[in-house]
Amino acid sequence: MWTCKTTWKKLAPLARTCSTLCRQNARRTVLNSDRRLPMVTQAHMSSGTPGSGGDNNLYYLLVGATCIAGGFYAYRTIKGDQERYNERMNEIASRANKVAEQAETYLPEEPRGDEAVETPEETSPEVTAEEPEGPPVELEAEIEPSPVAESPPAETAEPQTTTVTESAADPATDEPTNVPPPAPVEFPSHAPYLLIGGGTASFAAARSIRARDPGARVLIITDEPDLPYMRPPLSKELWFSDDPGVVDTLRFKQWNGKERSIYFQPPSFYVSPQDLEKVENGGVAVLTGKKVVHMDVRGNKVTLSDNTEISYDKCLIATGGVPRNLQVIERAGEEVTKRTTLFRKVEDFKALNKVSRDTKSITIIGGGFLGSELACALGRRSADSDLEVIQMFPEKGNMGKVLPEYLSNWTTAKVRSEGVRVITEALVKGVSFKDGKVEIKLKDGRVVKTDHIVAAVGLEPSVELAKSAGLEVDSDFGGYRVNAELQARSNIWVAGDAACFYDIRLGRRRVEHHDHAVVSGRLAGENMTGANKPYWHQSMFWSDLGPDVGYEAIGIVDSSLPTVGVFAKATAKDTPKAATEKSGTGIRSESETEGTASSTATSSTPAPPPEPQQKDDYGKGVIFYLRDKVVVGIVLWNVFNRMPIARKIIKDGEEHADLNEVAKLFNIHED
Amino acid sequence: MSYCKQEGKDRIIFVTKEDHEAPSNAELIADDPNDPYEDQGLILPSGEINWNCPCLGGMASGPCGTQFKEAFSCFHHSSEEVKGSECVDNFRAMQECMQKYPELYPQEDENQGAASGGSDAPTEDSAPTPTSDLTPTPESAPSSDNTPPTDIQAHS
Repeated sequence: MWTCKTTWKKLAPLARTCSTLCRQNARRTVLNSDRRLPMVTQAHMSSGTPGSGGDNNLYYLLVGATCIAGGFYAYRTIKGDQERYNERMNEIASRANKVAEQAETYLPEEPRGDEAVETPEETSPEVTAEEPEGPPVELEAEIEPSPVAESPPAETAEPQTTTVTESAADPATDEPTNVPPPAPVEFPSHAPYLLIGGGTASFAAARSIRARDPGARVLIITDEPDLPYMRPPLSKELWFSDDPGVVDTLRFKQWNGKERSIYFQPPSFYVSPQDLEKVENGGVAVLTGKKVVHMDVRGNKVTLSDNTEISYDKCLIATGGVPRNLQVIERAGEEVTKRTTLFRKVEDFKALNKVSRDTKSITIIGGGFLGSELACALGRRSADSDLEVIQMFPEKGNMGKVLPEYLSNWTTAKVRSEGVRVITEALVKGVSFKDGKVEIKLKDGRVVKTDHIVAAVGLEPSVELAKSAGLEVDSDFGGYRVNAELQARSNIWVAGDAACFYDIRLGRRRVEHHDHAVVSGRLAGENMTGANKPYWHQSMFWSDLGPDVGYEAIGIVDSSLPTVGVFAKATAKDTPKAATEKSGTGIRSESETEGTASSTATSSTPAPPPEPQQKDDYGKGVIFYLRDKVVVGIVLWNVFNRMPIARKIIKDGEEHADLNEVAKLFNIHED
Repeated sequence: MSYCKQEGKDRIIFVTKEDHEAPSNAELIADDPNDPYEDQGLILPSGEINWNCPCLGGMASGPCGTQFKEAFSCFHHSSEEVKGSECVDNFRAMQECMQKYPELYPQEDENQGAASGGSDAPTEDSAPTPTSDLTPTPESAPSSDNTPPTDIQAHS
């Protein structure tokens, strides 16, 4: 025992020194390996391995290298961007200079007189030779190029150049023909208000801008050859005109008896594009037959298809859309496609008008507004000729996506009574050209043979500028996505068919109706002149099924929503005959009883109508479309001049417990 | 008596004239005349003329728009006994301008335009120049062009 204790006592100091030595050694080793960072031993040990010092070095080396490389790359990119930008600027400037200089050389009437006359002969060969390079120095010194100042003379010069080219009388003109015209013929180079698209929305905006900004200069660019016009008469009133020359005059009679043209204003209303910058009180100029292909939002300018550039302060995109086509038709080959009309423009109306006189059978594919209106129009025409008019669509009845089933059935009956052969629940599977006839094969096996097809299957909004302008396109509704004030980006607004906007009351939507184009165009014009108002005045739409029956509607009118319809009941005093005589439709009650019979057959409730059939008269009434018990849409069925009340109800957005009470506000029993 | 039926999600109510004789108890929210979002009539709440009123048609925006605005403003602010008597020069300038565009400003309507344009209340009359309406008027008379909101009695 004692020996153990003494041994231990003797060993203890030894052990102690030993361990101290060891520790010191370790420390020394560690410290030696860690050359750079004077870190505390504990820190090291806590980090783990004794070799961690070496890893740290590597780590810092890697990070340092990455930072330097990144910094270097960023610097290079920025430099490159700057260079590219400068290059582009120089190129554009040189282009403008080149144009101006060429114009100057060919301008015989300049006050500089002889000089100018002689220099064309001398310098033009030079110019043609060095076209891509800079202009001759002498000319440049004379002309003092500044793009804006040059463009008016350029404008006046170019027309002379072109007319001279055409006449080819002057020897000096040989040179111009060698030089490709680089840009503006009669265009302003800058428009304070630039409206892309020459339809209803654009015109409404132009009017709004002119009203609010005195002396405003507005430039409308359209790829159509026509001045702004309204579309609804193309599928309605123009077809009912008695005037055989209507195709040329494009005039129609309104219901108040007054005649008017489809054009919003005659040509004398507009100023010519080359005068736009100079005319004293400003005006509206229309550039027809030109398409905007590129939009530079950063530089506030657009490029046309002929490479002209026009800069703007504020821009409106009102490009509308192009009619959709069925894939089966597109793939069917030229014989079919040249016998197919996609109806939208004046030229389509003229073409279809001619076709209706030259062929024996026309088939309209599509059961919406356009399809049904054209079917009625052509059906009426078929009464005087042996034209066969067929209409086919996948829904169960005309306006199947808009009107509730019972009214859709009524409408179908009405269309049939106009002489149209309506084929419902028809899905087109294939189209071909056989034995001189266009053959349409339906999914259920039926085959329809016809001479001409009109495809009215919807509108594809034109959003080609989205990419270059960096504008958002809506994936649900299509079209450019804009806010409640119709603004897409700082100086860019969108209106009309192409605008997918936020409606404060009804949510995001895109509307393809005429009145919406007017309302949104006007609103965009107001906002372009500083108003900052959101879309609030609800637009409406209407449809005429033939010239004597029509309805008006407002808001979201979607047949998939639950509806409540309130109709005026015919009393014992009203005879169907009196009602039809009053309204002018001879066959209405007949078609209505047909409609009622079919609807009771298809309805889910087995109960038969409690009263005799003539009481189920969908003659006049109001239909409310509900979303979560709030009225979001209203159709006024043969009830007119009550739109303000309907608008008010939608604006309120209230939940009404009894819609019959709301219906009372419309006084449907009165005229 | 009225009756109603249900067809799936759609409800149909037939009502007689007597059914609708009693005044409606539907509640509508009172309109705020100073609502900045609303479309204004011819005269704004500030007393200024709303040149963008659809009722003016294209008068304020056409080639003679400036002359029209001057003449009409002068008339509107005139406090003479014979209203607008000091504005003769403006009206003459307007007339001269309009004569240069007979297509746009048919001569026989012109006098009416000058006179009737001087009303202070929002008016539903269409503009002197029918050619400048933006919307054709079918039987259904779409109203974007012409209508300030109708007065609707709000039942409390």
